[in-house]
Order: sequence, then C-alpha cells, then structure tokens
Amino acid sequence: MNAPSTPQFCLRLLRRQLVLAIRRPIEIGNPLLFFAMVVALFPLGLGPAPDKLADFAPGILWIIALLSNLLTSDSVFRSDYDDGSLEQLLLSPQPLYLSVLSYIGAHWLVTGLLLALVSPLFAVMLNLPAAGIAALFASLLLGTAVLSLVGGIGAALTVGLKRGGMLISLLILPLYMPVLIFGSAAVKAAVIGAPAAPYLAILGAMLSLAIALAPVAAAAGLRISVDA
Amino acid sequence: MWSFFHKLGSPPWLYGIAGTILRYLLPVTLLALVAGMVWGVLFTAPDFRQGNSYRIIYIHVPAAVVALAGYYVMAIAGAVSLIWKMKMADIAMKSCAPIGAALTFVALVTGAIWGKPTWGTWWVWDARITSMLILLFLYLGVVALYEAYDNKEAAGKACAVLSLVGTVNIPIIYKSVDWWYSLHQPASIKFTGESSIDPSMLYPLLLMITAFYLLFTCALLMNMRAEILQRERRTKWVRKLVEESA
Repeated sequence: MNAPSTPQFCLRLLRRQLVLAIRRPIEIGNPLLFFAMVVALFPLGLGPAPDKLADFAPGILWIIALLSNLLTSDSVFRSDYDDGSLEQLLLSPQPLYLSVLSYIGAHWLVTGLLLALVSPLFAVMLNLPAAGIAALFASLLLGTAVLSLVGGIGAALTVGLKRGGMLISLLILPLYMPVLIFGSAAVKAAVIGAPAAPYLAILGAMLSLAIALAPVAAAAGLRISVDA
Repeated sequence: MWSFFHKLGSPPWLYGIAGTILRYLLPVTLLALVAGMVWGVLFTAPDFRQGNSYRIIYIHVPAAVVALAGYYVMAIAGAVSLIWKMKMADIAMKSCAPIGAALTFVALVTGAIWGKPTWGTWWVWDARITSMLILLFLYLGVVALYEAYDNKEAAGKACAVLSLVGTVNIPIIYKSVDWWYSLHQPASIKFTGESSIDPSMLYPLLLMITAFYLLFTCALLMNMRAEILQRERRTKWVRKLVEESA
C-alpha cells in the first residue's frame, strides 16, 4: 500500500477528527449548551432590563464564545496523547505543521463555527440590535478561528501535564485578549451604525498571522510534551 | 572567540564570572539608584500642574521600561536555548520571569498611586494599563508553566515556546498609547525628535532608567547563580563550594 500524499493525509486526519466528534455528539453539544447556559446567567446577574442587556450584549456574547473555546481547547490533543497515536503522528513523515493545522481546523469546525452559527439566536435573546448581528456572526467566524489556533498552542504545551486544565487558561487567556478587544469592538461599531469592516480586517490579519505561526508553536509544543 | 562560548556552557565558570561581575556591578547599581532618586526627588523643580506627585515618575517609568525590555531578554534567551540548546540561556530565561513579573507589578502599583491624585482614580481600563496587566499575566504564565512540569528540561523548552509566542503582544503594549486614544499620556522620551519632557527632569529620569537596567542585570545574575547551584547541587564543585563556605 502506498503512503498517502500530504493533502490526502491531512484530509483523512481532519475527517477522522470530525468522525470522532460526530460519534460522540455530546462533545459537540456541550459547548453550545454551555453557551446557552451562560447567556442565561447574565440576565439573572445583571437584571433583565432589555436596554441594559443590549448595551452589554456584544461583550457578553464574545466573552462566552471565548470561554467555551477555552474549555474545549484542552481536549484537542488529549485523547490522542493518552492512547499514543500522537506519538505515531510525530514519527510519521508528514509535515507536523499541516497535521496540527488539521487538528485545530477540526476543533474550530465543531466549536467556533457552530458557535458563530447559533450566535444570532442568543443575540436576539440578549436584545442585541439587529444591525449588530451580521457583524457578530462575521467577527465570531474570524475570531474563533484565531482562538482555536492560539488555544492549540496552549493545548500542545500542557497536554503532557496531569493538571493542565487550569494552567491552559492562565497561558492562553492573555493571548486571547486582543481578539476579544477587536471582536467585541466590531459588534459595538455595527450597533451604533459605524463601519465594522476595519475591525473585521484586523481580525482577518490576526487570523492570517495565527495560521502562519500558531501551528509552528503548537508543533514545537507537541514535540516537547511527547519528549517529556 | 570559540573558547568563550565553550566556557559559557560551563556552570562553574558562569557561576564564578557572574559573581565577579556582581561584585563590581552591585555597588555601581546602588550608587546609580541612590543618586537618581536623590536627584529626582530633591533637586528637580515641582511640576507646574502636578506639583510634587509627579516625582513617582522616577520609579514608575523605569520599572515599566525595564519590565517590557525584560520580556525581550526572556524571549531571546528562550530562542537561544531552543535553537542552540544552550543550558545557560535556559537558566537565564527561567530567571527572567519572576524579575519581570515583579517589575511589571511595581509599574502597575506606582501607576495606580500616581493615578489617584492625577486622574482621580486608582485604576482605569485604559489601553496601556490593561496591556501592562496582560504583560504581568504573560510573565506569571511562564512561571506557572515552568512549575507545572516535573521534567525541568522540558519545562525550559515549553516556557521558551510560550515566551516566544507572547512576544506578539509586546509591540502592542509599546504602541498602545499611540494607537488608541487613552488617558495615559503618549511616550515623552523619544530617541528621534524632541522629547516632551523638560531636560531638568529628563536627565535624572534617564539616570533612573539606567539604574533600573543595572538592577535588572544584577537581579538576573543573582537569580541565575541561585538556579545554577540548585541544578548542579549534586556535583563535586558545588559540594566543595558549600564545604568551603561552611
């Protein structure tokens, strides 16, 4: 049997991750459920006044998206590290950069993309003005991809540790902050009628930078974790 | 030239040379710190709007400047240890993190103390202040990651990767006051063009910045010496050292 070419290999890896996720639908459902529950917390904590909620909605939605991304990042490489298939991946002749990108891409498809898709529903529940919804969707689409990539670095660095969960938040939250700033700023701009495009362009620039560099760092992190 | 690099890889030699440097550098640092503080606090005119409260600048600005520069030192040392597998660079990187965190903390606290009489509030969520807080988290993240690993060699490598990733944030912190409209004033000291600070206040400030750089170097060397002893505690030369001093 011939070895698969690199694009084939990456596609198979991506499909494998997606199949694994689909076979355990609760893993896909959990972040969405988390999103819905935390959305419900804010009207309880801040009071249900619609105009107040509308003011805070861009920030609230972005912070929840960030947290649910953070909570799922930890598991990107975890099960493959535990059963040893990650070690096989490091030994394989395929470029680790692209393999890591496939892992992170699968993570984004089952968390970030879905969050972006359901976000308009929660935006309406939080009384976000209709003008902001398109910007929310677009900014989450771009922003969660950056979050997944950066989260992949944290996951790779902590995958070998027994108690990585708390540590990973400490490591990657500082790196999430710029994304949060521009993501929520895009929505706020759209709500008051200002153009959101500049903020989305900056998110796009961050995404390009993250695609180019984050898998390199994550690959280095995986090698360190597996060696340790 | 090459023998220098070979020596750099030898812990006893580095331990010794760091001790020798410290013997001369420590008095110079103390002198510069005392001179800068006395000059800044006693021999400069009060600011015409802020009165005497501005004098905290002589601690606030140097601490902030060196805290940012310290991150670069840490990241570069991390890169060197990753690329050339130099143990000493690894030690330097590990030793940088707590010092940088302390300096960032000093900059934040003095900033808060300065903010109260000047802006009327201890804390504002402004671009520069928030980004300095992020810098503190970046430093603490490196410390936490290092402590989390049992295998210290892997810990060093992981921290090196993390500190390199974090450098993405540093230019944003530097430029935050220029890019965003904020309460914090833009940089007053410029290498090119006229500084917006009076020379009589500028010179003691520059002296203090130099003193803080020296202080950082001293603290780094001391930390590195302690780390070398810790790592080499089972070797003959450390035992001999302990016996001699006992």
